[in-house]
Amino acid sequence: MSAPSNTDVVQPDSFAFTAENLEAAKKIIAKYPDGRQPSAVMPLLDMAQRQHGWIPRAAMDVIAGMLDMAPIRVYEVATFYSMYNLKPVGKYLIQVCRTTPCWLRGSDSLSGFLHKKLGVGFKEVTKDGMFSVMEVECLGACCNAPMVQINDDFYEDLTPELLGQVLDDLAAGKQPKKGPQNGRRGSMAEGGATTLKDIPLTYDMAGD
Amino acid sequence: MLQDQDRIFKNIYCQDDWRLAGARRRGIWDNTKALLDVGPDKIIDDIKASELRGRGGAGFPTGMKWSFMPKQSDGRPSYLVVNADESEPGTCKDREILRFDPHMLIEGCLIAGFAMRCVAAYIYVRGEFYQEAMHVQAAIDEAYDAGLIGKNASGSGYNFDVFLHRGAGAYICGEESALIESLEGKKGQPRLKPPFPAACGLYGSPTTVNNVETIAVTPTILRRGPTWFAGLGRPKNVGTKLFCVSGHVNKPCNVEEEMGIPLRELIDKHCGGVRGGWDNLLAVIPGGSSVPMLPKSICDDVLMDFDSLRAVQSGLGTAAVIVMDKSTDLIEAITRFAHFYMHESCGQCTPCREGTGWMFRIMTRFVKGDADPSEIDMLLEISKQIEGHTICALGDAAAWPIQGLMRHFRPVVEQRMRDFRGRQAAE
Repeated sequence: MSAPSNTDVVQPDSFAFTAENLEAAKKIIAKYPDGRQPSAVMPLLDMAQRQHGWIPRAAMDVIAGMLDMAPIRVYEVATFYSMYNLKPVGKYLIQVCRTTPCWLRGSDSLSGFLHKKLGVGFKEVTKDGMFSVMEVECLGACCNAPMVQINDDFYEDLTPELLGQVLDDLAAGKQPKKGPQNGRRGSMAEGGATTLKDIPLTYDMAGD
Repeated sequence: MLQDQDRIFKNIYCQDDWRLAGARRRGIWDNTKALLDVGPDKIIDDIKASELRGRGGAGFPTGMKWSFMPKQSDGRPSYLVVNADESEPGTCKDREILRFDPHMLIEGCLIAGFAMRCVAAYIYVRGEFYQEAMHVQAAIDEAYDAGLIGKNASGSGYNFDVFLHRGAGAYICGEESALIESLEGKKGQPRLKPPFPAACGLYGSPTTVNNVETIAVTPTILRRGPTWFAGLGRPKNVGTKLFCVSGHVNKPCNVEEEMGIPLRELIDKHCGGVRGGWDNLLAVIPGGSSVPMLPKSICDDVLMDFDSLRAVQSGLGTAAVIVMDKSTDLIEAITRFAHFYMHESCGQCTPCREGTGWMFRIMTRFVKGDADPSEIDMLLEISKQIEGHTICALGDAAAWPIQGLMRHFRPVVEQRMRDFRGRQAAE
């Protein structure tokens, strides 16, 4: 596991959770038995990242204090897991799945398209701060390959053209439809399921 | 082909609401108290009799695993941990349970947790599955509000909590002891065994870690009876299974089928066949990235279950079927996996930390053909030096795809090298 380098990042002097987040943190810590509050380190790092956009060192120190952990233990966790951004990323972080099932169905064309459209390489941020792109390992949506994750959401069954429409929507401030971009329902076979055919499709997934 | 009436997962395409109202329509949470009233020992006996084997990859008998948990507490609480860190490349089945039928999982947690005398279940969902985690949390909240879990869960008199814990991007946390470390707030690095989690797991307490699908099928097994489940499939390889078919098929999909379905039938009936027809098939990886690939000649008639695939030196793994047609550069396909394992090695054991990088770099040269055929044996030797010499199975998993490639397609690799030398000589 390669440790992300954060030596070239301007670190803020201090960090504080919002009052709302401090309240939420109490509930998170209460999920774990007494004396086991370090279990909350991952959710609190996630919370810091959602509040600040990325996780500065100062936030790790604050979390260490809240959970009565040595700061080094928090740094270890923050640098071990790939989802913690230790330096700023774009407003929209595009993660292209590169592993074999997506590659077999054309993930390279998505990466190439993104470089061309956005004019950035991997782990770079566009000048307007809107987008950054990285390649990641399997995201676990292999029946809907190729796919990307943008912030919290999966966009699946992509072609470069379909991905372009998603980006255009985001740039225009619109929330694109999540999930499959080719009209499929979840991971049902295209054109209709081969099983459970008697069950009517009554649920509208658009609100999820 | 499995009949719909024998399918356990009725909502994998989200035809109906995933929330409590929809779950109740599908029979989930229907008099759960009656399932618990038979007592923990009877539940474990029934799961043993059903011959259910773990759906996370290893295929260990679930009832036996549950029976390892202490029947009398020595003062420590016991825990159930659900492994929802689905990250094995090719695998996307647990995702459908988490987002489209989370109550199946939560009801399963209560039953399994009760059978093993656990005080709580922690569901560890991979961090990238955000929507999935939100659905699980919403379902947990609904279940608490309806009195299905929590104090006097489902009116059983038993107190049982269910908590969601989100990961943050690390394949290794799918290994049970790494998952426990991660849940305790540490780096996800596997522990040496023994002690096994049933003796000393989460917070030093007795713990059982089960896959999502394993837990989710248990309520249906108890409702319909162990003989029903054991009657599906083949001896020692029973029941139904969610298959994830990806790659070069006309219609990739997740589908529940009977254990032991012929691979060709699975692909032809549910996935619209191989792109370009069955004769255009080159190879299949039948159980996720960690199991060795099979050439078409074996795919023609192999059955999809634990023992059939083991007999052809591969494995059912997570039942993630990755199909590759004749246009595929198999060397590149496996090199991508080599990169995956290099990236995901936790770095704890030297053979894996260093070896996965060596193997990736050698494979990268093999893709171009820039190597000597004798290096194939060297690469295999390295893979043997990693396999079995690490704390967890990630080292083995990194070795097997490469061994599978060389076992069946060594001439292709050698030809690539000759072509490269030929081009070099011509320049």
